[in-house]
Amino acid sequence: MYLGRVVGTCVATRKYAGLEGVKLLMVQPLDRARRPKGRLQVAVDVAQAGPDDLVFLVASREASMALEEAFVPVDAAIVGIVDDLHQVDEAALEEGGAP
Amino acid sequence: MNVCRVLGTLVSTAKHPAYVGHKLLLCQPLDAEGMEAGDVIIAVDHVQAGVGDRVLVMQEGGGIRLLLGAVDGKLPIRSLIVGVVDEVTVDGVAVGAGERGTGQAAPPRASGRKAAGRKGEKRTGRP
Repeated sequence: MYLGRVVGTCVATRKYAGLEGVKLLMVQPLDRARRPKGRLQVAVDVAQAGPDDLVFLVASREASMALEEAFVPVDAAIVGIVDDLHQVDEAALEEGGAP
Repeated sequence: MNVCRVLGTLVSTAKHPAYVGHKLLLCQPLDAEGMEAGDVIIAVDHVQAGVGDRVLVMQEGGGIRLLLGAVDGKLPIRSLIVGVVDEVTVDGVAVGAGERGTGQAAPPRASGRKAAGRKGEKRTGRP
């Protein structure tokens, strides 16, 4: 699983039969400092995320398992909205004062 | 499986039901030298790991479904922390030595000393 930021929506009228009613969002994957990393992705949304939300996604086969329908062709799914990310104090860790 | 460093905890309220009751941790994969390598991942914790720990992360959905139990064979979880690492040895040398590799300005001298210290302690501990 990985972090991403919702940056937009994607609309597709003609699509695979199991994908009707599924919300598609454009997501920018993020690195540990929450900077953009890599290219935009289209992900199905099962967490009711909205624009600018920090989310976490699951990729590959497990993405399709996030949906009700069995084995629809998706390879990224937004499975949660991140409320808070408590990251370790990096300076303290480097000095050996790991919590 | 990968050795990773736990960087932080993730709090989420609106999430897929499969994640309810699971602790999510932000993990940085480490390389053979104990340095950070690759993109951070979010993993479900299965062993009560904490921030700063070196952990073993399994990234294989089939095994995770067997471990956690899947409803109708479906479980949208791909990364699971399955162990807390005490020590890693590569070519007879302890790597990481409990401190975090930065991947850039890691002082090899300091980590070497630490590794030696830990080894020393172990030797005296075992008669």
